[in-house]
Amino acid sequence: MRSAATTQRLRASLLSLAILCAVLALWHVLTIKPEQALPPGMTAEYAAMMGKGAEKTDGLPSPAQVGRAFITHLSDPFYDRGPNDKGIGIQLAYSLVRVALGFGLAVLVALPLGFAIGMSPLLSQALGPFIQVLKPVSPLAWMPLALYTIKDSSISGIFVIFICSIWPMLINTAHGVASVRREWLNVARTLEVGPWRKAVEVILPAAAPTILTGMRISMGIAWLVIVAAEMLVGGTGIGYFVWNEWNNLALPNVIFAIAVIGVVGMALDWLFGRLQLMATYRE
Amino acid sequence: MTQHFLAIEGLAKTFTNERGEPNEPVFENLHLSIEQGEFVCIIGHSGCGKTTVLNVLAGLDEPSAGHVLMQGRQVSGPSLDRGVVFQGHALMPWLTVLKNVVFAVRSRWPEWKAPAVEAHAMKYLEMVGLGAVAQRKPAELSGGMKQRVGIARAFAIEPKMLLLDEPFGALDALTRGTIQDELLRVVQATSQTVFMITHDVDEAILLADKILLMSNGPRARIAEIVQVTMPRSRTRQTMHHDPQYYRIRNHLVDFLVHRSKNYGGDGPAAAAHDPMNPPLVRPGLDECATVTPLPLDRVRPTLAAVNG
Repeated sequence: MRSAATTQRLRASLLSLAILCAVLALWHVLTIKPEQALPPGMTAEYAAMMGKGAEKTDGLPSPAQVGRAFITHLSDPFYDRGPNDKGIGIQLAYSLVRVALGFGLAVLVALPLGFAIGMSPLLSQALGPFIQVLKPVSPLAWMPLALYTIKDSSISGIFVIFICSIWPMLINTAHGVASVRREWLNVARTLEVGPWRKAVEVILPAAAPTILTGMRISMGIAWLVIVAAEMLVGGTGIGYFVWNEWNNLALPNVIFAIAVIGVVGMALDWLFGRLQLMATYRE
Repeated sequence: MTQHFLAIEGLAKTFTNERGEPNEPVFENLHLSIEQGEFVCIIGHSGCGKTTVLNVLAGLDEPSAGHVLMQGRQVSGPSLDRGVVFQGHALMPWLTVLKNVVFAVRSRWPEWKAPAVEAHAMKYLEMVGLGAVAQRKPAELSGGMKQRVGIARAFAIEPKMLLLDEPFGALDALTRGTIQDELLRVVQATSQTVFMITHDVDEAILLADKILLMSNGPRARIAEIVQVTMPRSRTRQTMHHDPQYYRIRNHLVDFLVHRSKNYGGDGPAAAAHDPMNPPLVRPGLDECATVTPLPLDRVRPTLAAVNG
């Protein structure tokens, strides 16, 4: 006999599948194009040169076209034919490395600084206004400044990821550290635990769930921002891929890229969800 | 002059209000000594500063005046010499039961190797009967078991003195009884010096050698020291057969219900009280102790208030 939870999950999956089929069917029906008759006096070759008759030109591509794009890209994800023609796997790898570098740098800054802010009410009050002002700034607003001062588009992209992912981590770390239960700190005090051991063995695990929540939010923002940043900066990455395919008017490829961005974003979120679960403790 | 194991001299604590002005002191002029191996309980109504006294002894809180000497040395800041069992067990929920005790043992003997630390921690967990659940997380234990882990953790560092802040307050009566027995057994086996806060009169009589009665705050003081004159071999099951039990119990309850509030201001009880030498009382054995009797007209309204 199956448990109620399993049954529920099975039914939810079936419903998801049904919704997907319905959306695809509707999409298909809406994108059926009537056979275009060639205007009189126009040969097929001339029509093609005018951009007519080729199937991609107007309106939303059909599911079949997008499906073909999926197959083409996924069957050969790592090809490299020059600067404007790289496989989706390579583009993704560029984006992920940028996110990892920017996010990693943000962790290196946000964790120690957040610890300091969380432990010192003085520092918390002194740095509060700066954080409050800088936090709501759209990461892309930093782009011109970064491009001008850093003079390297790739590093500028990493800097933008850094600057956007630092705030949630900083704020959550400070909050988590500041709200560690007094009694655990008192236990450490009565046991004459040194400051370093107290930070690593008491405060860090106590604040870990809050810190990881901040990291998860940061990673979500970083993945949102990398696409936009790469569109601006160009060259490589999944964002540049989207922009390039838009310039090619290859909308099936754009839709494919949207799906890939969504799936990778979900995977990253799932990863941090797992980490969060590992750090969470029940009281 | 003989040196006491622990001496409290002229202790006072004043908290400040939001505007930074000092309030009336919670307690003041506290004098007290505890000898090695003694079990001392402190009883008083909420707000008389019991927990603050304990925190000062633990070194977690600073007194506003006076000082605490332990074996002749002034207490300043927390120390591994004094183990604390906290009111809300204060176990770290992300560590297993064993690791919680290990954390304390490693603090006490940082030079020990991991197997020795674990074996030592295990010994104390088994002492409180929790060897079987060593690998569980605190959240998987009942309230009584968690409190026993807290006791094992405090004992495991083999402190010179144990401070317990109402350790059984949150437990049901049945669990409380079992753990009291356990604590009694362990304390007797190790001849540990203990200072304990409790609200439970019976608990105090069962466990303590001396019971400190604190008057109501603010300006609380040690009104009397009651000596528990029953043999140390008393148990929870048999102690109510001892006639002394009821004499002591009545004395404590009388104090809490009627007399604890008479020490404020310039009342007769306060005037007759010498905070340097609070009277040592042995209820039922000597009636010569300086217990200021209340005039009848002051007892009646109090009784009416108690009975609602």
